[in-house]
Amino acid sequence: MSESLPGTNYINAVSGIKSWLTTLDHKRIGIMYLLFIAISFGLGGFFALALRLELLNPGQLIVSAKQYNQLFTLHGAVMVFLFIVPSIPASLGNFLLPIQLGAKDVAFPRLNLASLYLYVFGAAFCVYSMVSGAADTGWTFYTPYSSTTDTSVISMTLGAFILGFSSIFTGINFIVTVHKMRAPGMSWFKLPLFTWSLYATAIIQVLATPVLGITLLLLIVERLVGIGIFDPALGGDPVLFQHFFWFYSHPAVYIMILPAMGVMSELVTTFSKKNIFGYKMVAFSSIAIAIISFLVWGHHLYVSGQSDYADMIFSFLTYLVAIPSAVKVFNWIATLYNGEIELKAPFLYFIAFLFLFTIGGFTGIMLASLSLDVHLHDTYFVVAHFHYVMMGGTVMAFLGGIHYWWPKMFGKMYSEKAAIVAWFFIMAGFNMVFFTQFILGTKGMPRRYYSYLDQFQPLHAFSTVGTWVLTVGFLIMAFYLVESLLNGEPAGDNPWGSLGLEWTTQSPPITENFADTPHIIHGPYDYDKVKLS
Amino acid sequence: MKITEPHKEHIVAHHFANSKHEFDSARLGMWIFLVTEVLFFGALFVAYAFLRWSYPEIFVEAHHILSWKMGALNTAILIFSSFTMVMAIRSAQLNQRLKTSLYLITTMICAFGFLVVKFFEYSAKIHHGYLPAKYFVAHGASEYLHLFFGLYFTMTGLHGIHVLVGIGLIIWLLLRNRKGHFYSNYYTPLEMVGLYWHFVDLVWIFLFPLFYLVG
Repeated sequence: MSESLPGTNYINAVSGIKSWLTTLDHKRIGIMYLLFIAISFGLGGFFALALRLELLNPGQLIVSAKQYNQLFTLHGAVMVFLFIVPSIPASLGNFLLPIQLGAKDVAFPRLNLASLYLYVFGAAFCVYSMVSGAADTGWTFYTPYSSTTDTSVISMTLGAFILGFSSIFTGINFIVTVHKMRAPGMSWFKLPLFTWSLYATAIIQVLATPVLGITLLLLIVERLVGIGIFDPALGGDPVLFQHFFWFYSHPAVYIMILPAMGVMSELVTTFSKKNIFGYKMVAFSSIAIAIISFLVWGHHLYVSGQSDYADMIFSFLTYLVAIPSAVKVFNWIATLYNGEIELKAPFLYFIAFLFLFTIGGFTGIMLASLSLDVHLHDTYFVVAHFHYVMMGGTVMAFLGGIHYWWPKMFGKMYSEKAAIVAWFFIMAGFNMVFFTQFILGTKGMPRRYYSYLDQFQPLHAFSTVGTWVLTVGFLIMAFYLVESLLNGEPAGDNPWGSLGLEWTTQSPPITENFADTPHIIHGPYDYDKVKLS
Repeated sequence: MKITEPHKEHIVAHHFANSKHEFDSARLGMWIFLVTEVLFFGALFVAYAFLRWSYPEIFVEAHHILSWKMGALNTAILIFSSFTMVMAIRSAQLNQRLKTSLYLITTMICAFGFLVVKFFEYSAKIHHGYLPAKYFVAHGASEYLHLFFGLYFTMTGLHGIHVLVGIGLIIWLLLRNRKGHFYSNYYTPLEMVGLYWHFVDLVWIFLFPLFYLVG
């Protein structure tokens, strides 16, 4: 690479579609991921709108019962495999990880591009499944239904299988990058906490995803030739599928939430101009969550007939996850104490996460207790719980991260006023949709039902109206973000006055990230020691 | 052995400090990939444990159907191929290009030999109808014997696919070695494919006793 001229950056250094499709630059790959992830979110959101509309009243409104089953399956599969698993790591993580380490790129740029292509290839299979008799199994593909239904399960599982490899390659790349690509002086305890969380996430991606891969492969084999191990009629056991599936899919929940927690640590320090309270505890709690995440899958099987002893052990281990999660929440709050807090748009999403994730976490503890879970299992209470964690947690942090790093990624500012308005709509809409579902769940409304008793209708209708409010919020956001790309004010290199390494390079960064390899002297949050000029 | 042409100087990728940095990063990445492979097969070994615990009798029954001699022959072939793979890397480290190619070709012949033996084994099973549930037509077999063959074909089949991928990788190495890409300062792809090949060998070393030597 030649010495870059003033005014050049990774976006305009080379031009043309081909330069994007063949790029090895982690920033361009991150931006392309962001685009595809946004499209997937729109698609998954569309399915959500449609299925909530159907639930406006107990009878048939817009779709048949089978189509309804397909809708919630596609909503779940798209949101999990195409949106939320890659969301923060593949887009923001790809863009920021090397910059936060002071590196020129990830360790394996070609593998990085390959993971993007695998993502698109896997997505194509999922889309094919949608148009050719979409799967109606739920995103969990439980046997024996998934091995007998006549809908296109194979293309959907094959899609998820390929997406899994995309995720594995990103994970391998990130682990090696963190180990091998740190700038001089960047010791482990000077790593930004976002990087720590990506590292913990990558460990889970690498260890859990292959098990999902083989599980889905076994399901495909089952459908094609009948391997029989999941089918009781052939001597197998469908609960084995559930064990295999959740051995991945519970850790996957932490693939979704850990990067979000990393974003939170970046937001709280920048917008309160304070060093993080208990850096090492926050860093190690990410690793602790990654480890414990592998030992709790059985809490999805309390009513499957697994042994009582297993239930008790899984219940106890599930409670353990609350400890490192609470360490993080308490440390973020302690960081705010005496800080110079600025209520900017990214920080509003920090607040949203803090409240919504805490509600999601506490209801998770309720569900971890055996006696209560038997009552609440497979009701709307569970649906509300995981949406508070996934959407109230991960999506809020993702949005916070996008608003926070937007000026770095594109060099432009968005309208702060519009961002605040959108935030109010999203917060109000989200709580309308899902808090209602806590109440519905405790009253006994089962999940995945096409119809329901008349007495539930007011709450269902309220929840459905909430999805419309939420949609308005996201439309406003889409509008002002596109507007900022077209007409936004130049952001400057460090609009938030952050000490993070990524804010020391220009916005948008040059292709090699830094003109000279940075030498790291202070930590990323040393606001008490370093004064910005 | 004489080297006829000079080797091609390796250029370190722009984001690495030097050739050792690049090699170490690649090796760490490869080891992590092998960990994912272990978990990939790991779930199948769990399925094996579950079936063996549920139906120990079908494993004893199937043991009489599989030929341990064929399995032992394949084990010997793969262990020998791991040795030739190591020698290929060693030759590259010593700048012995022709030897590198010869060892790689030997490794590849072993891989094909393994598949040929496997082909004869599979043909015999298919001929007698020892197949997964939907196609299982063998006479006089116990009720759940198809479970064994479902697992047998899945696990050895997946291993066979890995052998095929290995053959593809070795061909790629041979082409690059012909162009003189590998020498004492650069043999990273050889080392990585070597690690992969040892892993494939190791999986078979677990599959062989678990399927063939139960009795």
